[in-house]
Amino acid sequence: MIGIEHYLVVSSILFVMGVLGIFLNRKNVIIILMAIELILLAVNINLVAFSVFLGDLTGQIFAMFVLTVAAGEAAIGLAILVIYFRGRGTIAVDDVNRMKG
Amino acid sequence: MIQLVSFYIFASIVIASAAMVIFARNPVHSVLWLIVAFFNAAGLMVLIGAEFIAMLLVIVYVGAVAVLFLFVVMMLDIDFAELRAGFVKNVPLGLLLAVVLAPELVLGIGAYQAGAVTLGTPEAGAATVSAAVPNIEAIGGLLYSKYVFMFETAGLILLVAMVGAIVLTHRKSHGTRGQSISSQVQRRPEDATRNVNQPVGQGIEL
Repeated sequence: MIGIEHYLVVSSILFVMGVLGIFLNRKNVIIILMAIELILLAVNINLVAFSVFLGDLTGQIFAMFVLTVAAGEAAIGLAILVIYFRGRGTIAVDDVNRMKG
Repeated sequence: MIQLVSFYIFASIVIASAAMVIFARNPVHSVLWLIVAFFNAAGLMVLIGAEFIAMLLVIVYVGAVAVLFLFVVMMLDIDFAELRAGFVKNVPLGLLLAVVLAPELVLGIGAYQAGAVTLGTPEAGAATVSAAVPNIEAIGGLLYSKYVFMFETAGLILLVAMVGAIVLTHRKSHGTRGQSISSQVQRRPEDATRNVNQPVGQGIEL
């Protein structure tokens, strides 16, 4: 029988994959955004697993809100990416220091 | 038994495709692997009875977010080979982090399994999962009653994201004639037309 540990192990591996993706592809902001989506997917799996095995529906509601925020974040992130590409002709983000902040 | 087998199938495909997302040479392939990962994560959620979130995952992630990624990746003309230049240099640090982080997380789960942590029970007023009520019905009932303000706030967040994305990427295009609603509405007949008493036998002055 499947227990909560199964789901937690899958989601923690997925989370680590996302973090690793951010570290490996430091230049390519598209892959970084995709890695963030993977991390949020891991969070969602965690929330749903706890919700089901605890018998409390609130976790699934929260997973829905995480989904909402992920969608908004992807839209804004890609919009920023598009205007960044228009201005510089590249999406290498490891040298984003134009504003000298 | 079949549940366990399908769990391992879904889980291994999710993890393998997540690995392909971050290791693929071509970002288009990355997006396609991301879609595979989302589909199988939805399968994982169906397996424990969270159908609503699973379908939402397919609709929102595969139908909207992944297509958005695909669109942007294909629209921008990017030299991806150049972007991969630092890949090998970053591998040691990234792997070190992964090797430290993953066992830490799994160790916590092991502590639960060994009995050091107990899962707890839902508090008295909480909405519980029951076999009698379908998942979608239960979530709908909860979403439109207890969490209705959060639900509306989620809608507002999406609206703000939409407005933000449009404002960021919109460009005034030259050479096209757009509408100017206010000036069009403000225009009066007397500004645009005139009445003339046209004499017979003469041409019309335009």
